[in-house]
Amino acid sequence: AATSGGSTSGTITLPFANGTRPLVSLPGKREMILLTSRPPQLETPFSVFNDGLLTPNDAFFVRYHLSGLPTDIDPRRFRLAIGGHVEKPLQIGLESLRRDFPVSEIVAVNQCSGNSRGFVTPRVAGGQLGNGAMGNARWQGVALKHLLAKAGVRAGAAQVTFNGLDNPPADGIADFVKALDIDHALDGEVMVAFAMNGEELPFLNGYPLRLVVPGFFGTYWVKHLHEINVVDAEFDGYWMKTAYRIPDNDCRCAEPGIKPDKTVPIARFNVRSFLTSHQDGAAIGAGRTTELRGIAFSGGDPVKRVLVSPDNGQNWQEAKLGEYLGRYSFREWKLGMTLAKGRHALRVRAETQGGETQPMEPRWQPSGYMRNVVETINVEAL
Amino acid sequence: TGPDIVAARMEPVSYPLPEEAIPAELSDTEAEIVVNNCTACHSLEYITTQPRGMGDKFWNDEVTKMAKVYGAPVEPGDAEAIAKLLAERFG
Ligand code: HEC
Repeated sequence: AATSGGSTSGTITLPFANGTRPLVSLPGKREMILLTSRPPQLETPFSVFNDGLLTPNDAFFVRYHLSGLPTDIDPRRFRLAIGGHVEKPLQIGLESLRRDFPVSEIVAVNQCSGNSRGFVTPRVAGGQLGNGAMGNARWQGVALKHLLAKAGVRAGAAQVTFNGLDNPPADGIADFVKALDIDHALDGEVMVAFAMNGEELPFLNGYPLRLVVPGFFGTYWVKHLHEINVVDAEFDGYWMKTAYRIPDNDCRCAEPGIKPDKTVPIARFNVRSFLTSHQDGAAIGAGRTTELRGIAFSGGDPVKRVLVSPDNGQNWQEAKLGEYLGRYSFREWKLGMTLAKGRHALRVRAETQGGETQPMEPRWQPSGYMRNVVETINVEAL
Repeated sequence: TGPDIVAARMEPVSYPLPEEAIPAELSDTEAEIVVNNCTACHSLEYITTQPRGMGDKFWNDEVTKMAKVYGAPVEPGDAEAIAKLLAERFG
């Protein structure tokens, strides 16, 4: 494939050690934070999350494992193959997908399993991300259940596997294939998406089709999706059985440095919230009302409250929640807060309707997944 | 009725991948062993963006993982030398 690749316009320093990154603009993308060139991995500059509830396509984060990207795609010849433990295998073209099946939309956050890994203490190996490996979009496509109904799922089906056009750069690396349990795959929310925020998928976010698994970490959201197989046993590929494992306990945590002996595959998001209107270290006016704004999201249990502390968790004020775009979307929160002269450690904490909340102290796990500590934003009132 | 359906543009798509440079920290002669063994599958930012000061075991484990889990064809002697170099440079 040709390389020509975009322009470099300086650097940004994420707020953890060894956090300096190039800012680059790749085709189809505005200036974003470069983690790696090959395969391309881009993080969204955090200020974008204050611009609105939907993350623009040209600012949406990019994560790949395998550097064998499908750089030449002919949509006229592209077929989505549905096969395996089905009555009738299918080969579906892009126009047929839109014409012959019910099309729906869902607003849902996609978040990398390792979002925020750069903040994990003690540090762990992996993609050293700030908080920008997440994004909210209105996805359009066909619910997987309609495609599987057409193929006819045979009795004894256990899971469905998903494979994209991207390939390993060498034979020794397992192809990136993910699996969902059959009931989950058929739930009507899991979607084969062809559009994002009113436009076809950007190349780097999985053109022409990707899987959308609302409320689940991004590892399942297979890009350049072209093969769906129903299987009659639990899939044991590397990227399900060995990679992307979390501790099998309630806290999804481990003592720092200790590898848990029992693990399960990563699955649903835990609840998170962020302040987006002010950066750590910001100056605000003392003795007058400052409008704080931020976002909160969960794995599908709707956010019920967002609480903000002006004093590192001693006291809390309830924020006002904004427009509801669905249980998988970012939810905006706003709060007018008046602070006396001096330094203040603001904390932001979300609670879901079912009572899930965020821990005041971070929970460690060896791969640095699922960080959701109550965020701290230090401000100085002048 | 459903949403306005976003049409498929039925024209071939070709994506130009970004250029890649050897990071300054690994661009000297001594680091050629890293460039020669560690760029077949991915760019070197994978290495240079890892946290610093993780110690010898961290780098030994990474090089071992590349060979054992991903099948990287690194000679045992080279693997040792690479892990040692990375631990020296990056702590
Ligand atoms: C045969 C392929 C291959 C070769 C050769 C290779 N790597 Fe990797 N490496 C990978 C893959 C695959 C990943 C995972 C990429 C991802 O998850 O985005 C990776 C990831 C990494 C990471 C990120 C942390 C992690 O564990 O995921 C580091 C550091 C790394 N490699 C170092 C090295 C070093 C040092 C060498 C040379 C001794 C090397 N690699 C050679 C395949 C390879």
